[in-house]
Amino acid sequence: MKGVRYYPGFLPLTVLCLVILYAPLIVVMAYSFNGSTSITKWGGFSLRWYVDVFTGPDAGRFGQAAWNSLTIALMAATSATVIATAAALAMVKGGRFRGKGASFALINLPLMVPEIVTAVASLIFFTAIGLTTGYGTILVAHMAFCIPFAFLPIAARLEGIEGSYEQAARDLYATRAQAFRLILLPLLAPGLASGWLLAFIISLDDFIITNFVKGAGMETLPTAIFGSVKQGIKPNIMAISTLMLAVSVLFVTAAYLINRKGQKTP
Amino acid sequence: MKSKMTTAIDIRDVVKTFGEVTALHGVSLGIADNAFFTLLGPSGCGKTTLLRLIAGFEDVTSGEIRLFGESIARLEPNRRPVNTVFQHYALFPHMSVIDNVAFGLKMQGMDLPARTARAGQMLEMVHLSDYADRLPAQLSGGQQQRVALARALAPAPKVLLLDEPLSALDLKLRQAMRVELKQLQEDTGITFIFVTHDQEEALTMSDRIAVMSAGQVQQVGSAQEIYEAPVNLFVADFIGETNLLQVEVHEVREGRATVTLPGGHRFACPSAPVAPGRHALSIRPERVTITPGADLSATVDRVVYLGSDLQVLVRLADGSPFTIRLQNAARTEVPGPGTRIGLHLEEGAARLLAD
Repeated sequence: MKGVRYYPGFLPLTVLCLVILYAPLIVVMAYSFNGSTSITKWGGFSLRWYVDVFTGPDAGRFGQAAWNSLTIALMAATSATVIATAAALAMVKGGRFRGKGASFALINLPLMVPEIVTAVASLIFFTAIGLTTGYGTILVAHMAFCIPFAFLPIAARLEGIEGSYEQAARDLYATRAQAFRLILLPLLAPGLASGWLLAFIISLDDFIITNFVKGAGMETLPTAIFGSVKQGIKPNIMAISTLMLAVSVLFVTAAYLINRKGQKTP
Repeated sequence: MKSKMTTAIDIRDVVKTFGEVTALHGVSLGIADNAFFTLLGPSGCGKTTLLRLIAGFEDVTSGEIRLFGESIARLEPNRRPVNTVFQHYALFPHMSVIDNVAFGLKMQGMDLPARTARAGQMLEMVHLSDYADRLPAQLSGGQQQRVALARALAPAPKVLLLDEPLSALDLKLRQAMRVELKQLQEDTGITFIFVTHDQEEALTMSDRIAVMSAGQVQQVGSAQEIYEAPVNLFVADFIGETNLLQVEVHEVREGRATVTLPGGHRFACPSAPVAPGRHALSIRPERVTITPGADLSATVDRVVYLGSDLQVLVRLADGSPFTIRLQNAARTEVPGPGTRIGLHLEEGAARLLAD
């Protein structure tokens, strides 16, 4: 192995990519600790904007939005995980059936359809069937588009579980239900956890679809931030953004660690 | 030994198709109780399918499987009192060794103290008592194999099914396990049905062997019967090493045939019931001796050193290749290449085969 350094020009190119990717994030994180009201001039280290997030004039609005985001993400991720597990079981363990290829494409289609199209379509659909847009429509939309994100790690994990484990359980007098609960489910757990976490982050983070189907007066954290930024960027937005980033990193890391631990046991 | 044999498994006209493919073409077999029975055949011959039908992992397309007289062909696997040792063991990776062994007992509703005691006994039997609290991944392949055996035997099944359980082990361990498996079968008195493609494995362990090919049972018999009296070309070729020659058959009477070898040598030998014409003749290489002045003459091509044996590759008068095996004893005289020698066929060396 010669290593990546062997290729001339790779190092500067890599550094350039990293800077483009992460410099804005670093700026936002750094300025969230800014002591001044300016968003460009450094006024010394301070936690005042974090205090402002929780106690300032916008605290109520952001608090409600954060609560909405969190509850929607929890419910959407949970229901998407249940549905994705059922889908993965059918796709991976269900043997051959008619329309399997089409089903697989359908499950994963939302990953490829432009989000704006899904957003418009969701809004038209909700209006057509007479649903009032609000918390409920956001929840339904999130449940739907989270499914493929939960499906991918669950199906991948399931593919790695040999059919002989279930057969061995059945051979040793377990009913179908017992074999599922005592053998397949524990083996599938790391996939379920990372699927759930991924769906949770995707829901928490969603802006475009949410913005279309949320209705008037209903806000999630991303739409609230966007609404606030329209009237000019205040440093408290940077604090909120940094907090969201921290939550995301925490969850993604957890998903990664859980999956890695799961893969160690054969 | 066994005087009056009870039939443990009775398989009648079992057909299994997967879509367009027929895996088993009407297989019928009787497997005696307290026997070590082997299903032997090349991959794709249907032996594993037959085992899976007995276990209940597949449904028969048609036919009947009886276990001590009771039909089990349409029962769910958890309702059949048979257990399986899987090829790659399929130990539950998230459970300790003792929990693996106790799993079947737990499913049968045995209470915790009783099943812990029984699982402990089973681990003692396979010499793994010290490993009870380990996870399967922390054991070697040979140890995992023993756990799989203990787990399958713990619920005291009426029949134990073994699906090529030795194939993942290295040679030394495999040879040791053969003896141990046979011992275990005799100690427990449980009928073992063992699937393998390794004829040496089959010959060393089995009371009876069913040789399978192309979804059909070709021959059932003891190791000796199958080796010494193969009924057809497939069995003769598959079991052991043999010389197969196309010969002219003049007459078949009372199980003996008069044949002429390609070189013109004419003699009589045991035969399957075939009509006169051209048929395959099997001559076992270790039943041929080099005898000066014998009727059948040959020329030595080369001698291959195999340690305990010597393989002498020769050509018959018409040029067809032929192999002889000699024991590498101190007084064995080894003919050099190019030497003309006479070959003597011992009684039972040659056998005429059905196609």
